[in-house]
Amino acid sequence: MHDLAKKTLCSLVEGIKKKKFTSEEITNSFIDNSQKARKLNTYITTNFDNALEKAKNFDKKGNFEGLLSGIPIAVKDLFCTKDIKTTAGSKMLNNFIPTYESTVTSNLWKEGAFLLGKLNCDEFAMGSSNETSFFDNVINPYGDKLTPGGSSGGSASALAANLTPVTIGTDTGGSIRQPASFTGTVGLKPTYGRCSRYGIVAFASSLDQAGPMTQNVEDCALLLEAMSSYDSKDSTSVNIKVDNYKKNLTEKVKGLKIGIPNEYRVEDMPDEIDHLWKKGIEFLKDAGAIIKDITLPHTKYALPSYYIVAPAEASSNLARYDGVKYGHRSKGDSLVEMYENTRSEGFGDEVKRRILIGTYVLSSGYYDAYYIKAQKVRQLIKNDFDKVFKNVDAVLTPSTPSAAFKVGDKKDDPISMYLNDVFTVPVNLAGLPAISVPAGYDKNRLPLGLQLIGKAFDEQTILNLSLAIEKRAGFKREINEWWKQ
Amino acid sequence: MNEKKFDYFIQGEKNKWEIIIGLEIHAQILSKSKLFSTSSTKFGAEPNTQVSLVDSALPGMLPVINQFCIEQSVKTGLGLKAKINLHSVFDRKNYFYPDLPQGYQISQYKHPIVGEGEVVLDMPYGIKKVKIERLHLEQDAGKSIHDLDPNNTYVDLNRSGIALMEIVSKPDLRSPDEVSAYVKKLRSIMKYLGTCDGNMQEGSLRADVNVSVRKVGDKEFGTRCEIKNVNSIKFMQMAIQYEAKRQVELLEDNKSIDQETRLFDTKKNETRSMRSKEDAHDYRYFPDPDLLPLKLEISLIEKIKKNLPELPDQKKDRFMKDYSLSSYEANVLVSEKEISDYFEEVVKTSDKKLAINWIIGDLFASLNEKNISISNSPVTAKKMAQLINSISSGLISGRIAKEVFEIIKETGEEPIRVIENKGLQQKSDPKELETIIDKVLKSNKDKVKQFKLGKDKLFGFFVGQVMKFSGGKANPQLVNDILKKKLK
Repeated sequence: MHDLAKKTLCSLVEGIKKKKFTSEEITNSFIDNSQKARKLNTYITTNFDNALEKAKNFDKKGNFEGLLSGIPIAVKDLFCTKDIKTTAGSKMLNNFIPTYESTVTSNLWKEGAFLLGKLNCDEFAMGSSNETSFFDNVINPYGDKLTPGGSSGGSASALAANLTPVTIGTDTGGSIRQPASFTGTVGLKPTYGRCSRYGIVAFASSLDQAGPMTQNVEDCALLLEAMSSYDSKDSTSVNIKVDNYKKNLTEKVKGLKIGIPNEYRVEDMPDEIDHLWKKGIEFLKDAGAIIKDITLPHTKYALPSYYIVAPAEASSNLARYDGVKYGHRSKGDSLVEMYENTRSEGFGDEVKRRILIGTYVLSSGYYDAYYIKAQKVRQLIKNDFDKVFKNVDAVLTPSTPSAAFKVGDKKDDPISMYLNDVFTVPVNLAGLPAISVPAGYDKNRLPLGLQLIGKAFDEQTILNLSLAIEKRAGFKREINEWWKQ
Repeated sequence: MNEKKFDYFIQGEKNKWEIIIGLEIHAQILSKSKLFSTSSTKFGAEPNTQVSLVDSALPGMLPVINQFCIEQSVKTGLGLKAKINLHSVFDRKNYFYPDLPQGYQISQYKHPIVGEGEVVLDMPYGIKKVKIERLHLEQDAGKSIHDLDPNNTYVDLNRSGIALMEIVSKPDLRSPDEVSAYVKKLRSIMKYLGTCDGNMQEGSLRADVNVSVRKVGDKEFGTRCEIKNVNSIKFMQMAIQYEAKRQVELLEDNKSIDQETRLFDTKKNETRSMRSKEDAHDYRYFPDPDLLPLKLEISLIEKIKKNLPELPDQKKDRFMKDYSLSSYEANVLVSEKEISDYFEEVVKTSDKKLAINWIIGDLFASLNEKNISISNSPVTAKKMAQLINSISSGLISGRIAKEVFEIIKETGEEPIRVIENKGLQQKSDPKELETIIDKVLKSNKDKVKQFKLGKDKLFGFFVGQVMKFSGGKANPQLVNDILKKKLK
């Protein structure tokens, strides 16, 4: 039983189809692991009984045609799930049970998967360490004092600790790729518009994108294929055919041109990150790719622009949490007092900080200097990538400027926390796809990831390149299951 | 023609003042579903029964533009002879209120769908052109109900998300009468187009009225006040009159006007300060990231243009030409699409001169009296035509026709039925008339003698007598002919 939970998604899907094991056996295995891993604090809501029932039903008369037939999956608690509490990691939605299902999760269920539970995340996906969650921080399986990154930290930890075969997260500025990098897993942020945002609690609408988080690249290809779709319910969804990412997956990347952007050599970057990057270049050269030095000159403006655009949109997106219609409501003697109490008590500090920043940068008198300027910079960053992609097929960078940091290390230093996103945010601003693939360790044997950035809607190429790195890096998650109770 | 001159000024104690008025009209788009959701827009439903997940702003819900509403606003723009913008942008207007579920209203701020246009008014002192600054699309809010409970406010979201066109005029209006004419004309155009039902009682048409005053002859505008959400033409006129007078009094007292938002209290007939410029909301407009910029194809605009119905101004020209109507008559007939439709239906089969007189005269009087619209008139166009034809054919006289109209305006019966049932047909049988005439002449021998001696005026007397004995039904022409013969 125990070994089942360590299998990859692809081998589970195949095993079920070949009747090597049942959906119930798999599901029990993940439930068992999950129940023993309370120390990691990955779940906000479990759906174990329901999942077992689904598994049993599947074993009785299951349809084996789906891409994910008979597979239990726990998802980030930012995806609305019908009749299952959806909190976005916030007190504000602690009592919120949607009557509807997000498009991305319904796509998974259509392919035969079912819900195992809802995973912890930073409050409204605002954070890089999972410490802003109302439901307490998540622990990284790599160490009892380590954060798993964020905001999809619960997803990353649960995946790395084999509590779910795969998971899905959302990525607004790195929220899939950074935690993937911190936990030695694969995480992909698709092109903006590839996955529907319908039914995902919004953080920053022009940046948010759902994506797969998996143990390896092959699983990533399969899960991306299952979750992606055009959706008329999301006006920013793009009507482009979803590729057969898994079928087309190949490590033959000979002749592909890979750009190495000079600007990603940031100050104070640890040597081991630089070393990892060089290793990545060697892996790809070995696979026959052609390495080219490139320049993305506006990179250094990406982080400040991001921290204007994202809070601006968030300040407006979160205005609906006012205590009037659903979610948390505090008492007040007047309407304004009710609003103030509700939002003061319902939101945590980081969310309030971003609402304040966002409100400020949109205020008359500051709008041009901040919001408009940031939008112009955003366009320049896009232009940088457009130019570069005329000459290269993908861009290789480190995923993060460091390995996983300790709980509490950056909690009171938002700037240092924000700097963790320095390699990931330009991609969101440009709307491009990018993947983090585990490629090595730092001096403390903590995992490190490499990031591959692709052309819009060319997820296939970065998946293929990641596979080439994966084969050569020989990365294996080394975790003793210290958390098991 | 000696036209009147514009003369609406306010005579203060020291100066003569001119009022400057601009209107922001909020017109509900005639559409079955809302601007960004598929919920119904039907008026009068039970509270909160026409509310989708999107309208109530549940987490993760996204707006999807209703293409029909876009076409409706393009159509309206074309009807206002306005520039249609191929590129427009939806913005979020952020503010907190319980009946605004998203915490922002989706509107268009810097890049509206329709640009400058104009509305032509036919005033007693001549043609007045009012320039339109813009028309943009926006969502309506829900409704807060404060009077159901002493401690709580209830919210009805049925209106939430309904599509509105905000039509902003330039400050071109100069009197309450011009405002009335402008609103009526705009409403008429939209009703012709089928883009807004113009129903002010149901809130389909509301206005924010901007008012300022300046001394006659001054070039600069004064400081303006905005009177919010006035929902009838009469109230608009009252509010303007009050507000202009208030401003003149302040200025003549050497006080200044505060630029502010005011409310019109319809019971006290006064405007009151709602919030000053300092307290004005900072709406933090920014482009809605959930919606892509709206791009229109020229082919779509051309298609809508091609299918545009005849509008009041064109119809007026045609009526004057085709039916040789006066400008006044044509104006009255085209003022509402239903009236012009009624008229055209009537004249399809009956005499146009009689038709105009009957419609503008008796029909309008009866509609006014009953306070109903022409489309609800018991006297349908068909019945009106029948009545007119009964006169033209000599079946009844004009006087009897009035009698018939008095009946059918209540009962809605067919005129022919009424005429037959009541035996109101004209007597046109010469023999029958001769008998009556002989009787009349016999009993008035002295008068016959006087007539023959030259007292011509008595002819009318004989006709009157004959009509009296016939119960008013004698064919007057025949009576004349026979009488003349007999009195030779």
